[in-house]
Amino acid sequence: MLLGPALGLSAVLFAIGVGGVLLRRNAIVIFMCVELMLNAVNLSFIALAQQIGPEGQVIVFFVMAVAAAEAAVGLAVILAVYRHQESVNLQDLNLLRG
Amino acid sequence: MIPLFFWSFAGLAVLAALLCVTRKSAVASALWLVVTMFSLAAIYVLLDAQFIAAIQILVYAGAIMVLFLFVIMLLNLGQRGPTDMRGWVGRGVALLMGAGLVLQLGVIARLVLAEGFGRQTAAYPLPVGELARLQQARGAIGMLADPLFRQYLIPFEVTSVLLLAAIVGAVVLAKRKI
Repeated sequence: MLLGPALGLSAVLFAIGVGGVLLRRNAIVIFMCVELMLNAVNLSFIALAQQIGPEGQVIVFFVMAVAAAEAAVGLAVILAVYRHQESVNLQDLNLLRG
Repeated sequence: MIPLFFWSFAGLAVLAALLCVTRKSAVASALWLVVTMFSLAAIYVLLDAQFIAAIQILVYAGAIMVLFLFVIMLLNLGQRGPTDMRGWVGRGVALLMGAGLVLQLGVIARLVLAEGFGRQTAAYPLPVGELARLQQARGAIGMLADPLFRQYLIPFEVTSVLLLAAIVGAVVLAKRKI
């Protein structure tokens, strides 16, 4: 049975995604790290679906739909920010700093 | 044979994810993320989720990553420039948080989820191998369609509203003047 290894892989991928979000300053790369975290969670759903039932795979379906919506809106936000700031580096986004 | 495939694709996924996080160029990051998604799709097949594996390649590696690459190239971010990594303090924090998270998730997986796994218990109602049998009896899509269109019909319909809202939102945000 592959549940243990699959959950371990899911944990490692999720942690790499979190590390990437903390490590990078480019908004698009941070966004890709969020996608990586979503993928890691999908993997744990599918691993657990083996003994819990096909409902686990149905949830993955919904996660993918939400991820697609999130990517479309998020990239539109990044485009709007770029048009305003000429940069997608999070260091340059300091409009709210006093 | 299956563990061999699993471990090779797992190693590929972790390696590609690490490269995705550490590459300087955004285009290289996106392409390594595609490699991670393909190896995850292979692992989904090993875990009796053939249909989800196909959807993973179509939606994630096909649609979402093309959208990412499109925006990267539209904003001209692929060229060489200064790195966008944080300094040594930021790298240390990222490494520490990542390692702590792996530790915590590992403890949860070991203590909570692995409890009683491999046997038929209250937490794990299906006996081992039942999902593969179900898939053979009903087909990869029939197995998913049954709960999706009965038990989860309302969430499914709500998802269509969500996608419509996302389309309208993306158009409104990305348009210069409406």
